Amino acid sequence: MGSTITEKILAKHSGKKVVRPGEIINADIDLVMCHDVTTPPAITMLEKEGIDKVFDNKKIVVTPDHFVPNKDIKSASLAKRLRDWVNKNNIENYYEVGCHGVCHAILPEQGHVIPGITLVCGDSHTCTHGALGAFSTGVGSTDLAAALATGKLWFKVPETIKFVLSGKLPKGVYSKDVILKIISDIGVDGALYKAMEFTGAAIDDMSVEARMTITNMAIEAGGKSGIINPDKKTLDYVKKRTDSGFEVFVSDEDAEYCDVKEYDVSKLEPMVVFPSLPSNGKTADAAEKMDINIDQAYLGSCTNGRIEDLRIAASIVKGRKIAKGVRMIVVPATTDIWKQANKEGLLDIFMEFGATVSTPTCGACLGGHMGILAEGERCISTTNRNFVGRMGHPKSEVYLASPATVAASAVEGKIVDPRRFLE
Amino acid sequence: MKGKAHVYDRDDIDTDLIIPARYLNTDDEKELAEHAMEDLDKGFVKKVSNGDFIVARKNFGCGSSREHAIWALRGVGVKAVVADSFARIFFRNAINNGFYAIECKGVSGKVKDGEEIEIDVKEGVVRAGKKVFKFTPFPKFALDIINAGGLLNYVKNHP
Repeated sequence: MGSTITEKILAKHSGKKVVRPGEIINADIDLVMCHDVTTPPAITMLEKEGIDKVFDNKKIVVTPDHFVPNKDIKSASLAKRLRDWVNKNNIENYYEVGCHGVCHAILPEQGHVIPGITLVCGDSHTCTHGALGAFSTGVGSTDLAAALATGKLWFKVPETIKFVLSGKLPKGVYSKDVILKIISDIGVDGALYKAMEFTGAAIDDMSVEARMTITNMAIEAGGKSGIINPDKKTLDYVKKRTDSGFEVFVSDEDAEYCDVKEYDVSKLEPMVVFPSLPSNGKTADAAEKMDINIDQAYLGSCTNGRIEDLRIAASIVKGRKIAKGVRMIVVPATTDIWKQANKEGLLDIFMEFGATVSTPTCGACLGGHMGILAEGERCISTTNRNFVGRMGHPKSEVYLASPATVAASAVEGKIVDPRRFLE
Repeated sequence: MKGKAHVYDRDDIDTDLIIPARYLNTDDEKELAEHAMEDLDKGFVKKVSNGDFIVARKNFGCGSSREHAIWALRGVGVKAVVADSFARIFFRNAINNGFYAIECKGVSGKVKDGEEIEIDVKEGVVRAGKKVFKFTPFPKFALDIINAGGLLNYVKNHP
């Protein structure tokens, strides 16, 4: 019997030939990613335990992203604790405000994520990096502290569900719609504790960035990780960004899966996920018929704040005016994406449309700052969660969709199907 | 362990309900505790006492990796959460903090809100009056971490 990519990476990192689901292993961690919310408590824990050294200052990458530029005194002191610790430990890879970005966007972009590695971060959307063929999972602050101190972490080897995505995406349907459809089908615990492996012709066709949108949301189905076998696109993406050598693992044909789900993506439509769970999906066409007015449209986050996302949205709002009474907030996910969007004239297009453009931040995605909702307000958003109170008041509402659907909805002032804007 | 059960008879109580992200600009346990379960039950902090339990259905703690969720519950005096199932990171965080996340099916719906229940971790049993619910006791490695007082202590003693 063969092994999945996940099993191969975990075996390699625990000094074993083969590992099987259910096995508890102690794995070497190649990369620890840190941000301003969950790392400061981990630092405090290490100090309290008298652990004054990190396992390897070259294998840690730090960027403040959640509440930066700092929104208040408390968040400023979190960022300061992070910065002081970075300086004390001579951590080389630190992206200060000015070259910062949302961690899950900036790490792959700057060449820190390579195929075949193990990566953890105190952030649930760490599953994003599986798009590059790495084992990558979110942990809490205590796990983070242990990984920072020892470079090791215990894991239960997960079972894998294989999602075979065949066919060609129709116009107006994007990788975001695919993952929203999958989560709507299997539910928010449909992949609990499991690895979600995505494969098939539709994945082959997608850019590496579009793939990251899919693996990013594995956690919304309860998944431990999302992962995609590296191909030529992956290798081109990585080699453009780093000289580091790496080992490529791919799943064997006879690997064992606990479930296999098949989708013909040519039959999918744009999706809108209704409050207050990421599994509450309907087609955008059905949503449009319900006449749902919006107060805010949000384009950004680790899910959909990359350059392609901005290009898609800009192509829709170009030459148009935002609907009266609607605010649109555009948040490029990293500094380089911001600069690239500026160079391409996308930021001008958004501003002419009537949107506002922010510096990179996780911002309003998690109800932090830069676009918080008041009681009764409604937002259509390219982000990943629509829980109660996620973007502000507990009685505000968040609808999740692709950049195209968010942009088209900002034009109309209500949730609409974006396809007629793309003709 | 004996305590009062606060029953939320529903699935998918996410980490934003346990501790909204707007309070994550601090990691002070006392401050976080003031807002425990705020967006689900505004009165929770007032009615909960030290040593109480939360009872819910499946996928408790889904969403974010924030350990603040555990700290907010611990800070307000909650000793354990009993649920049909837990989201993965919440469960890990619980073990790492020596906090009991008890995966025991069928308790929610059978136990009344405010009822006194007893949890026997070694035996793997939840008792509510004459009703008895069995659960699979924690695996050894998890108990070792809990008994060491959390993961960091465990790691220090097992280099």
